[in-house]
Amino acid sequence: MSAVTNAHDHQEAHNGHELPYSAQLRNNRMALWLFCFSEIFMFGALLSARFVLWGNARPELSQVVGLITTTVLLLSSFFMNRAESAIAHDDRKTFLSGLLMTAFLGLLFFIGVVVLEWNIFGLKLELFGVEWFGHLKPTDGVLGGVFFAMTGLHAIHVFSGIVLILIVWNNGRRGHFSAEKHWGIEATAIYWHYVDIVWVFFYPALYLIGKVG
Amino acid sequence: MGTLRIIATSGLIRGLIGQAIGAALGFGFVTLIRLGMGLESNPEPGAVFGALTSVIGFLAGAGVLTDWSKWALGKETPLRHGPQPGKPEWARYLHVDYNHKVIGIQYAVTSVLVLLVGGIFAITFRIELSLPGMQFLTYEQYNTLFSGHGIVMIASILLGVGAMVNYLVPLMIGASDMAFPRLNAFSYWVSVPAAVLILTGMAIGGWDTGWVAYPPLSLIAPLGVQLFVLGFFVNGFSSIAGSINLLITVATMRAKGMSLFKMPIFVWAAVAAALIQATATQTVGMALLMVVTQRVIGLNFFDPATGGDPVLYQHLFWFYSHPVVYVFVLPGLGVISELLPVFSRKPLFGYRWIALSSLGIALVGFLVWAHHMFVAGVDNTLRVFFMYATMFVAVPTGVKFFSWVATMWEGKLSFETPMLFVLGAISVFLIGGVTGPILGNIPTDMHLHDSYWVVGHFHATMFGGFVFPFFAALYYWYPKFSGRMYKESLGKLHFWLMTPGFWLMSLGQMQIGLLGMRRRVADYDPSLGYDTTHVVITVAGLIIGWSVLIMAYNLISSARSQPLAGNNPWNSRSPEWQISSPPPEFNYDVPFEVVGEPYDYGLAGSVYIRMDPSSSGE
Repeated sequence: MSAVTNAHDHQEAHNGHELPYSAQLRNNRMALWLFCFSEIFMFGALLSARFVLWGNARPELSQVVGLITTTVLLLSSFFMNRAESAIAHDDRKTFLSGLLMTAFLGLLFFIGVVVLEWNIFGLKLELFGVEWFGHLKPTDGVLGGVFFAMTGLHAIHVFSGIVLILIVWNNGRRGHFSAEKHWGIEATAIYWHYVDIVWVFFYPALYLIGKVG
Repeated sequence: MGTLRIIATSGLIRGLIGQAIGAALGFGFVTLIRLGMGLESNPEPGAVFGALTSVIGFLAGAGVLTDWSKWALGKETPLRHGPQPGKPEWARYLHVDYNHKVIGIQYAVTSVLVLLVGGIFAITFRIELSLPGMQFLTYEQYNTLFSGHGIVMIASILLGVGAMVNYLVPLMIGASDMAFPRLNAFSYWVSVPAAVLILTGMAIGGWDTGWVAYPPLSLIAPLGVQLFVLGFFVNGFSSIAGSINLLITVATMRAKGMSLFKMPIFVWAAVAAALIQATATQTVGMALLMVVTQRVIGLNFFDPATGGDPVLYQHLFWFYSHPVVYVFVLPGLGVISELLPVFSRKPLFGYRWIALSSLGIALVGFLVWAHHMFVAGVDNTLRVFFMYATMFVAVPTGVKFFSWVATMWEGKLSFETPMLFVLGAISVFLIGGVTGPILGNIPTDMHLHDSYWVVGHFHATMFGGFVFPFFAALYYWYPKFSGRMYKESLGKLHFWLMTPGFWLMSLGQMQIGLLGMRRRVADYDPSLGYDTTHVVITVAGLIIGWSVLIMAYNLISSARSQPLAGNNPWNSRSPEWQISSPPPEFNYDVPFEVVGEPYDYGLAGSVYIRMDPSSSGE
């Protein structure tokens, strides 16, 4: 039993089977946006879980830390955009530095969540009247559960975004990508902005809405 | 190279070895860390992490990730196609292959294999149930078997849907392949380690939650539940990636002149199913992850003692798991609509209505999930809304029934095996359909909830909506993908065993459900008066099982011994029948052009596609 007839090797000469770049690019774009749309349902599920389980309550979190990490993440999107428009204008220097800056700010955000908010090293520091390390534990009832789930799921996305950025940075450094062909960067940028926008919804749900309870 | 050597070095075997290595590394890593931190010994965190790394191990071992890793390192890789160098044609099916027809057949074979495994589970506990009292199973084994039957059969159905969609859609729309061949291969191969995880879960302790994994029971169930939940979760990657791939393929790669309302009707069904898969799958993934993290890390979502809410899980779970039954049945109903005009030699009645009813079912399907929760303490206003929404599903489904009857009306019907299975599907789906509103009604549901009535209804919808049409599709397209005709006598025997067998089984289940038999129990009181019916159901189940084995024998043996079928044995107008059987590597040597309506059977002079722009077509 065989799914395909063999006698068509002569086909391969004029049918390379791969789509032309423009058609592939269109498909890639549509697929990425569809993937983003699909992920809305996952983040949305978690967000609705927050409103079901917390209602009008929220955990006690440091507003300063939350504001700083959020600012850092939003700033990173600016540099991502800068990098993307730089490669579109063949400005490789700005492109590479923009990527590195994005990855750096993303890493700061990641550290802010994991080391400061989650406090995985169990540290304590009070400076300028701010408690820099969080005290909420994963096992602290639904407040801890939902907080760690939402920040954790988002942090996984940030982390994978950083890995993607470093991959395209490494390839860009070695001369890949051009002003015309840079789907890898475009995809990374869309993904990074997308993860940012998710945080725009998560941040108020975690830090701002409701009363500390 | 010898046969054994080819199998031993195949992508499948390398993947399974990779999975074992990945599992060992992940388990060892977490267990060592826990030892180092001085935590009490508990195999569960290691098992969970090991399960996740095992999937990566499988994919890496099988070679699914090779091209993508090279891309990450900045290397371009041309799309590999054709048979494996230096290996026979059949070796393609054991390797990572990017041709959609090969992947479709990989899906189909895996689906039937998994179907047989799930069937063996069912027959085992059916024999146990044929007499009151416990015969040869323990309660734990019984629970694991019926839970495993549920999820294994769902995996099989998803694979079967993948088989039909992958093989048929690019052929039907005139594309040379799917939009993303590598992602397509990923979608198939990731479901293999998922199936391995589920079966491993059954072997190491099993679980007793059914396929729904409701907390709080799933929070205290044995370790097996973790592997089942993770296997279920990993299968979601297959659904999401596959559906995105399909939607893009249909959106951008249709042949010239093939507007949306000139696509073969199966493509509409596949699109509607893919819309559900691409979105709803995410919520069940979240629900399952919540169970995993609550068990392993102690994040609380579902324990009411600290503010959790077990009903939240049910909402997230059914937001996927209700629409997903339409993922199962929509392609099946599409096959019915596709085949009826061919065997009636008449135009499909109400093409546009059929096309839109598939989308209608998919959309309404998103608004009915809480009808599974009428007895779970859901708010009354919600229950009434979901009751009416549920009744509304009958409208687009009724459109389909009406069209099927009108298509057959005064047609020149012929009764080859695929047509028989289509008619069997309609009869069985009708049984499933008319028993549904009784469950969608709040008062009657409260009486029948968790009874065998539900079991009968559900199996009738799944057999009528998926299993019968899937078998019809296997027989119908068998000459296309194998090049040879199946044995008609064995096909008919399969049908005439399976259909009465199924009616008997399903109606018997509904009858004992009305008399008070509960679902998911291993034992019952003989004085309730349904022990005879239980014997009948078991015998009917055995008949169905044997009939499926007859089909497997038919399909395997016919591939060698039967005469060549020719390009278009059914005299179909669909594009895939206008090319050689099996189709060439890239489907169409010259792109075809759509110049007419797809289902104008029997209308003199009508043409659907023109294969060669220079000639006049068919």
